Amino acid sequence: MTTIAIPRRLERVAQRPDVSWLAVRVWERNRDVFLNIWKAEAIWPFIEPLLTLVALGFGLGDFIELDRKESYIEFIGPGILAAYAMWMASAEGCWGGYFRIDQKTFDAMLATPVSIDDVTSGEVLWASTRSLISVSAIFLVVLVFGAIDSVLALLILPLALLPGVMFGAISLSYAAIAKSVSSLNYFFAVFITPQFWLAGAFFPLDELPGWVNVLAWFTPAFHVVELYRGLTTGHPEWIDLAHVAWILAVSAVFYALAIVLMRRRLVK
Amino acid sequence: MGAMIVARDLVKRYGELTAVDGISFTVEAGECFGFLGPNGAGKTTTIRMITCVSPVTDGSLMVDGMHVQVNPRQIKSVLGVVPQDDNLDPELSVRQNLRAYARYFGLSGRAAEERIDEALELMSLTERQKEKIDALSGGLKRRLTIARGLLNTPRILVLDEPTTGLDPAARHLVWQRLRLLRSQGVTMLLTTHYMEEAAQLCDRVVVIDHGKIIAEGTPQDLVREHAGQDVIEVHATPDERPEVMAQLASLHGVTIEEVEDIVYVYLRGDNGIDPAALEVGAEKLVHRRANLEDVFLRLTGRGLEE
Repeated sequence: MTTIAIPRRLERVAQRPDVSWLAVRVWERNRDVFLNIWKAEAIWPFIEPLLTLVALGFGLGDFIELDRKESYIEFIGPGILAAYAMWMASAEGCWGGYFRIDQKTFDAMLATPVSIDDVTSGEVLWASTRSLISVSAIFLVVLVFGAIDSVLALLILPLALLPGVMFGAISLSYAAIAKSVSSLNYFFAVFITPQFWLAGAFFPLDELPGWVNVLAWFTPAFHVVELYRGLTTGHPEWIDLAHVAWILAVSAVFYALAIVLMRRRLVK
Repeated sequence: MGAMIVARDLVKRYGELTAVDGISFTVEAGECFGFLGPNGAGKTTTIRMITCVSPVTDGSLMVDGMHVQVNPRQIKSVLGVVPQDDNLDPELSVRQNLRAYARYFGLSGRAAEERIDEALELMSLTERQKEKIDALSGGLKRRLTIARGLLNTPRILVLDEPTTGLDPAARHLVWQRLRLLRSQGVTMLLTTHYMEEAAQLCDRVVVIDHGKIIAEGTPQDLVREHAGQDVIEVHATPDERPEVMAQLASLHGVTIEEVEDIVYVYLRGDNGIDPAALEVGAEKLVHRRANLEDVFLRLTGRGLEE
């Protein structure tokens, strides 16, 4: 029998994921930190979307007339929910992940039975949880402003976990290759902020040229916005299943990528 | 009982650099085993392979009867690791640090809280358990790191330079606690470049330099073999130096080493020279017992190479 020599680097990268229930212990560490500081942190998920809703919904909304019968604030309600689901999961995966790499939190975990893949999985799980916490808070705000028209909108709460996993995995992948804190800003400037404004959260994309709509299909946030909008208005469509499928597929790809990149970053 | 760590021809390469170059050693159950060596000798790299966080390039490495490549999780569950760098969690309090760490071993609830109380007590940290990590001094942080390493009641405690950067009082306290653990039968592996630390704690040591083991034995044996019994440090001015060297050359059975402004004379104790009566015409003579530091410096060189 002949054996083919595989370079060790590749061999390591190609290893099967080694995930155990200890991923939950990694998640619990982040939960403990959050519970230490939540009073200081929890105000932002309320204030920012509140400002956005007031400024855009009422201020700008007065000048806006939509084709459909809905008010502008009803239009941007689901958009804001989707945008902040993205924002919170990305901030946690990118900034949180980077700082925890940098302050050797993961190195300490790896001296215990916790594996690198447990760390990656626990982190993605936590980013997803942050997304759920934020969306739940903003949901109350949006509800108070009358931007929710259907009981179906309650489905947005469990569905906050999906973009949480997707953006958590994408941003943790970036944190794993980031060389410095300042390079994290690029990630937000180039990838997150444009999606925040241009993925259909604040204006209907069909107002724009066709090629923008094609481009939007490739951005993760667009699918979350569309999915949420169907639920707040109470008119989900079959194509929403395609949005869910899109989100699941991209989540799977980036989770696998995060596993590989975190191994590269943490193995010495 | 038996061998807890067995390394055979262990190699670690980073690209072109060979950090560990084919070392073999065995750590027996219940002993304190020391890795001595200058910075960059390969001590920490070896520790990383033993603790399953750095893949072995070549050779074999067994810990508690298991292969590091095959059973990393099981091996890590019986190890207590005290790393060289402070990696305590700055976002959690002292007790929260221990609680989170205990959970990584699957310990939680009452059992975990009891272990945490014991570890805090042992390291005299009970009073500080609510504090933030940033509020702790270097010595307290190190004690907390050791307490953390004891939570899973490890079979082997691995300490990478446990007292580097500590003041003398903090260092002695750490030594005292480590001796206590050793007396309780905990197997210990430690790296250090403090020779006094090795002499205080270790039953056996290996000296590592450039990734290779260059000497092995008990601290006493190494001192006898490589430095003898007594050392005389001769501080001679450049004017005195030729005369001093001529006189020293007439002595038999001694080893003489010139380093910068000092001449070291190593006496084996069986060559009939009375160190107290030695006259060599230098401004200053210091007579002392040979120690592990002499062994270290003789074997690894006194240069400042890194």
